[in-house]
Amino acid sequence: MGTHIRVQAEDFEIADETAALAETGAGAIVTFTGRVRGQDGVSALVVEHYPGMTEREIARIAAEAEGRWPLLGITVIHRVGRLNAGEQIVLVAAAAAHRKSAFEACEFLMDYLKSEAPFWKQEERAGALVWVEAKPADDAALRRWR
Amino acid sequence: MKLLYFAWVRQKVGRGEEILAPPANVRTVADLAHHLRLRGNGYAEAFSDMTRLRAAVNQRHATLDAAIGADDEIAFFPPVTGG
Repeated sequence: MGTHIRVQAEDFEIADETAALAETGAGAIVTFTGRVRGQDGVSALVVEHYPGMTEREIARIAAEAEGRWPLLGITVIHRVGRLNAGEQIVLVAAAAAHRKSAFEACEFLMDYLKSEAPFWKQEERAGALVWVEAKPADDAALRRWR
Repeated sequence: MKLLYFAWVRQKVGRGEEILAPPANVRTVADLAHHLRLRGNGYAEAFSDMTRLRAAVNQRHATLDAAIGADDEIAFFPPVTGG
């Protein structure tokens, strides 16, 4: 199984990532794309991470998913730096023979990514940056998988 | 040991990383946090409430009672908010 992990400033093309996963011969590919919400006066997000640990944590989470579902491929891309409202921020894609595994793995990967991968976001409102607080709901989402 | 700080912890202590030779009585992550808090100013502020902080030892999530040594990389940061 191939796992592709990228942490980058650049944008990504969902179609390219799906096409790469399609080469595995998968019958099902589920993708999740997170975007910067243009609500509550937020004009942009500024994302930072812990280089080294980030890639390692995502690889650990991907290996965990691989142990739970019969997957053919996983792609995780997380952007860092300044991202304007409406821009893509994260892509999680899971490929499998059948849809159930792909759906479940995709949601599992996203729940773990949000709660364990070392990224931190600031929201920009009217030119001022404020750190985003972690949400208890994200930890609750994680407990579901235990 | 190498120390790394992220997000508002980095802003409060005023640096992203530093090399530290801690005293012999610093044996765990909690000991280190206490040692750093005693430096005062931004450190005192950053480490005043450990319930708001998370730590990693050698790039793995760690608890406050995790043992640490001179060759380790220790990071302090708020709960993560990616995705």
